[in-house]
Amino acid sequence: MSNHPGLSNTFSSSGEKFEWSKESLKSIKMIISRYPKDRHQSAVMPLLYLAQEQNNNWISIECIEKIAETLNMPKIRVTEVASFYSMYNTRPVGKNLVQICRTSPCWLRGSNKITNTICKETKCDINETSEDNLFTVVEVECLGACSNGPMIQINNDFYEDLDEESTKTILDNIKNNRPNKIGSQKGRRSSENA
Amino acid sequence: MDHKREEEVQRMLNIKDKIFQNLHGFDEPFLEGALKRGSWSNTKEILSKNQNDVIEMVKSSQLRGRGGAGFSTGLKWSFMPKNTGKQHYLVVNADESEPGTCKDREIIRNDPHTLIEGCLIASYAIQATKCYIYIRGEYYFEYIQLEKAIAEAYDNGLLGKNACGSNFDFDLYVHRGAGAYICGEETALLESLEGKKGQPRLKPPFPAGVGLYGMPTTINNVESIAVVPTILRRGSDWFKKIGTENNTGTKVFCISGNVNKPCTIEEEMGIPLQELIEKHCEGVEGGWDNLKAIIPGGSSTPMLPKTVCETVKMNFDDLKAYGSGLGTAGVIVVNKNNDISEVIERFAHFYKHESCGQCTPCREGTGWMFRMMQKLVRGEISPEQIELLENVTKQVEGHTICALGDAAAWPIQGLIKNFKSELIEKYNKRNLKAS
Amino acid sequence: MSENSFIKIKINNKDLEVDKNLTVMQACEIAGEEIPRFCYHDKLSIAGNCRMCLVEIEKAPKLVSSCTMPLMEGMSIITNSEKVNAGRKGVMEFLLINHPLDCPICDQGGECDLQDQAMYYGFDKSRYSENKRAVDNKNMGPLVNTIMTRCIHCTRCVRFATEVAGVPELGMLGRGENAEITTYLENSITSELSGNVIDLCPVGALTSKPYQFKARPWELKRTDSIDIFDSVGSNIRIDSRAEEILRVTPRTNEDINEEWIPDKVRFNYDGYYQQRIDTPYIKKNQKLEISNWEESLKILISKLKNSKPLALIGELVDVETGYAVKKFMSNFGDNNVECRTDNQFIHESLNSFRFNTPINKIEDADLILLIGANPKIETPIINHKIFKAFNNGSEIFNIGEEILLNYDTKYLGKQLDALNNEKFVKSIKKSKNPLIIVGSAFLNSIRNINTFKSIVSFSQKYKVVTETKNNLNFLNPFSSRVGQLFIGNTSQEYCEPFTKLTNQNFDTVLSFGSEKIVDTTFDNCFKVYFGHHGDEGAMKSDIVLPTPLFTEKNGIFLNIEGRPQEAKKCHNPIGGSKEEWAIIKKMSEELLFEFKPNTFDQLREELFREYPKLFNFNEIIQEDSSLPVAENILFEDCKITYPFENFYMSDIVSKNSVTMAKCVDEIMTKPLLEKSA
Ligand SMILES: Cc1cc2nc3c(=O)[nH]c(=O)nc-3n(C[C@H](O)[C@H](O)[C@H](O)COP(=O)(O)O)c2cc1C
Ligand code: SF4
Ligand code: FES
Repeated sequence: MSNHPGLSNTFSSSGEKFEWSKESLKSIKMIISRYPKDRHQSAVMPLLYLAQEQNNNWISIECIEKIAETLNMPKIRVTEVASFYSMYNTRPVGKNLVQICRTSPCWLRGSNKITNTICKETKCDINETSEDNLFTVVEVECLGACSNGPMIQINNDFYEDLDEESTKTILDNIKNNRPNKIGSQKGRRSSENA
Repeated sequence: MDHKREEEVQRMLNIKDKIFQNLHGFDEPFLEGALKRGSWSNTKEILSKNQNDVIEMVKSSQLRGRGGAGFSTGLKWSFMPKNTGKQHYLVVNADESEPGTCKDREIIRNDPHTLIEGCLIASYAIQATKCYIYIRGEYYFEYIQLEKAIAEAYDNGLLGKNACGSNFDFDLYVHRGAGAYICGEETALLESLEGKKGQPRLKPPFPAGVGLYGMPTTINNVESIAVVPTILRRGSDWFKKIGTENNTGTKVFCISGNVNKPCTIEEEMGIPLQELIEKHCEGVEGGWDNLKAIIPGGSSTPMLPKTVCETVKMNFDDLKAYGSGLGTAGVIVVNKNNDISEVIERFAHFYKHESCGQCTPCREGTGWMFRMMQKLVRGEISPEQIELLENVTKQVEGHTICALGDAAAWPIQGLIKNFKSELIEKYNKRNLKAS
Repeated sequence: MSENSFIKIKINNKDLEVDKNLTVMQACEIAGEEIPRFCYHDKLSIAGNCRMCLVEIEKAPKLVSSCTMPLMEGMSIITNSEKVNAGRKGVMEFLLINHPLDCPICDQGGECDLQDQAMYYGFDKSRYSENKRAVDNKNMGPLVNTIMTRCIHCTRCVRFATEVAGVPELGMLGRGENAEITTYLENSITSELSGNVIDLCPVGALTSKPYQFKARPWELKRTDSIDIFDSVGSNIRIDSRAEEILRVTPRTNEDINEEWIPDKVRFNYDGYYQQRIDTPYIKKNQKLEISNWEESLKILISKLKNSKPLALIGELVDVETGYAVKKFMSNFGDNNVECRTDNQFIHESLNSFRFNTPINKIEDADLILLIGANPKIETPIINHKIFKAFNNGSEIFNIGEEILLNYDTKYLGKQLDALNNEKFVKSIKKSKNPLIIVGSAFLNSIRNINTFKSIVSFSQKYKVVTETKNNLNFLNPFSSRVGQLFIGNTSQEYCEPFTKLTNQNFDTVLSFGSEKIVDTTFDNCFKVYFGHHGDEGAMKSDIVLPTPLFTEKNGIFLNIEGRPQEAKKCHNPIGGSKEEWAIIKKMSEELLFEFKPNTFDQLREELFREYPKLFNFNEIIQEDSSLPVAENILFEDCKITYPFENFYMSDIVSKNSVTMAKCVDEIMTKPLLEKSA
């Protein structure tokens, strides 16, 4: 079994009820309106994102049941979806989910070193959460920024053109509550030759 | 450096001939910039053409799908049934998950209106009043950019009821994936859009007949759609003049791996591979002679040895003739400082990780292949076992529901084909050491 | 079928003309070419995931899965080439690399598709030298045992649960190598048909919990029989060894149960041997004491001289027994045998108490109205057919209690006047093939014949009943009922027969397996219980006589459609029981009544002479008769009581089954039935 929080088949309870927030309810209405009338099930992925956002970045059993109820879907169908896609975390993760791209294009440019740096700086192994709950570190497959490898994603943000130094700086900034520059760490605008 | 203009970046293809004038985002990505770049300039006029004429124009431009298989886009559109009275759909594939590929990302975040306008025109041609763009979940920033650009388009009457004043009502929505390469496969994508696991469907029936929600549907890659407005504006002859017969137009290439300056670049279809690397990426790390092999079209295309890299042109047919493919034009360069078998082992891990688990050969075969590749990297498998590995790839290839099985098999086949003696040597060396 | 629906194809170079709507696999079967398969099942949607059924199609670059491939004019199919063999062999090897190959300790051993195919396509030696995957077993409830490492991911069970059982509770979680079959949070499956996944699973991943390690298939004696635990008469096969039944599985009958059976008959057989009455008993000083046949019959016969007896017929009684009872009781007068102990309303004809729509035609209905029927727990097979109709787009309406079914129903109200509901009337007017099912909850409480007539008139008005079809159905869940009514083991009353009978002053009650003997109106009667299970009915009786269970003798049952079928003897009766007809023969001799048959076969001959329609086993009895109509459609309010609410404990056998008790604990106590979307 995979130990990656996004690819586990076991779900757990958060121990408390899950209810949609007011904003979520508004979004849900909007989301559902994008799909045909009798096709509410299409909204299951956006609703999993919403629930995850509201639930500290993970999907609990309570989230699953709420979504099933909202979309009138069998719970097992929601569970299938939540377990299939790697971006739905089935257990709690740290405040910063650090995803390191391990696929060949990034590896060719030194992703191994980045992984080592991250594990050392966050004091956690792959698939683990740091004691202060600040980081969870996972290795992931290609994130689609290959011309900017090696790269990592922290929560929603991509950090590209990394080396050990810049990686450490990014983590330090997070630890010290300082803002980070998103994207290329070598001053590229995007993936232009530079 | 920071304010380098797009012109300086694009040195080869005549600046006037490039479709994505803001590929790297030096200019304003949104409507204001897009209008300057010529997007939306005569959309109403295009939409006043007969739908079949639009399809014919795209057909005659010889545009081939940019998502991997290189199927004629115009021909695909012509498969859509006409006047069915049913809801038709266009679905745009922005799942971009093939390792080595990051081109659609640049289009979406830096020039989103090319795509949005393309969605409108393509949908018009296939009588679809609704279109979904399925974007990979990890592209959060790109998703936000796209949503913003779509909102702008709605606000300016470019989308929605009577889009662009054309009498054509059109809605465009974005749907986020959530971390599954397989959802790039078109029918898995449809399943995912319907709120299910992304498991590919059986074909037949094909999406043109029974697609999204059971309705006639066309699925196209972002780049395939985003180039359409320019083709219609400048004419198919213009497009055809770039490149060669059946391999026409411009193409966005992504170059990654062991080059001095990895980049994403729009070039003429058919640019020689070596030229692409030397001119745009400032060469291979350690010099051309340090080149080991190049994977020309994303992880699933078999690698090319150095000698082939020196002559091959980057288009569908030439690469096919060399037993590989243009795929997504994700060029991955490997030099001699790295172990080529580990490059492939990592791909094997990728495919094992991304198999949907539905069909037997892929579910079981990707795991088996990966485990043998692990041993191969360590020099632990004998010549006979290399043979077995090759045999296993053949047992997967062609026996699965979707092409992921093939995609998993090909890189390994390419490795064995080109470097078999090296792999055997690795084993012998290790054995020598052991004894 | 019109001619142009046929096309010309070639299979292994032989020319063939076949229906163009078939798949390649089906065409190959017609051509006599066997195609191996794991995921394909003709009652389930096509998944095409196992890839075992690969064939070659001329001009196609790749092998194709034949189960998913439609035919095309001129197609040339090859099923036996080297390429095909290599493809299948490859798939087989993949299926085996992570399979534990633990056949010697697997319950499926000897009847396993994987084992069979492996013999044919398998490699002699495994080429896989990596570690095998191990998968944790999943809880699926008290009936289905799981050894998930053996699972080959064919998803038959998932499709069955969703498409046939109508409980979308099974799924495949995860992806790739990590894909696992499970129920939601490993809850028990809440379906009355769940055991069928055991037969569907092509390997030993899902097996029978009660049957676990009990026997190997080749040690078993097989007997064809029928399910007598509801009125559908599902066809079953009983596997026994010596005097013990070890397993019950379905026999395919496309007209009735297809290839499914309810969990009750599949799993309640441990109850066959619990609390059995194994010897005659006589009540002495308020206590039942062991007796013997001689003594007990002597007392009974002396009681019956100069007596006015009443005979009650229970819910599990075969036609032959009923016939013997009827003959015997006629010596005491008329109107003294009753099977309608629940007060079921009937009119004169067979059509007034059976399910008039053939079971295999229910799915064609485009509107179904339930009136006081809960098919989910009363007759799960009929419920499955309703679910099929629902999936075909039929609307389902319900009058009575708001019962929980596994498909969406529109609730109209508690009483019959809900038939006037405007929306409903609009729907039924539009409907092309409406169907009504009147269940016991109403039938048992009708006090006025006009109510029944009104239902008939209503049905005619809205084309439920026409010259050419009769879709007005009466549903009683008990297997004995239609047969006993057919041979007339009931009083002349239409309404409330049992209540009215008890007003007469009978002094002796002979109960043939009917627990109604405990009714207080019989407090002052001399009570005799003929039966196999000792429960309250036996305890309260003065004489108890052991009789065999349906597996210990032959017997005819008319199913709910009026279809005679035979339950066959699997082994000798337990203990000292005697067949009812033989006891009656003995009593008749002592009482000097005429009772000619000397053997069971002679009894049957006489029965067939009197009721020739019973002779055609397995055919629905045809009867042309009309039902009475009302002058004014008027509905009385009825007291609605469903015959039972616990599927697992609806009869005396199931009540004694430990397995059924576990189901009550582990399935019924689950708060909710998973709702279908
Ligand atoms: C496993 C697999 C993954 C794929 N991923 C993508 C993808 O990420 N983006 C894409 O456009 N096409 C992808 N494709 C190809 C699509 O199935 C489809 O052919 C394509 O979107 C069609 O668009 P086009 O005709 O414009 O190329 C993938 C195919 C397979 C088999
Ligand atoms: S080839 Fe792989 S990804 Fe494609 S359907 Fe089969 S298991 Fe799924
Ligand atoms: S391989 Fe790392 S982003 Fe593509």
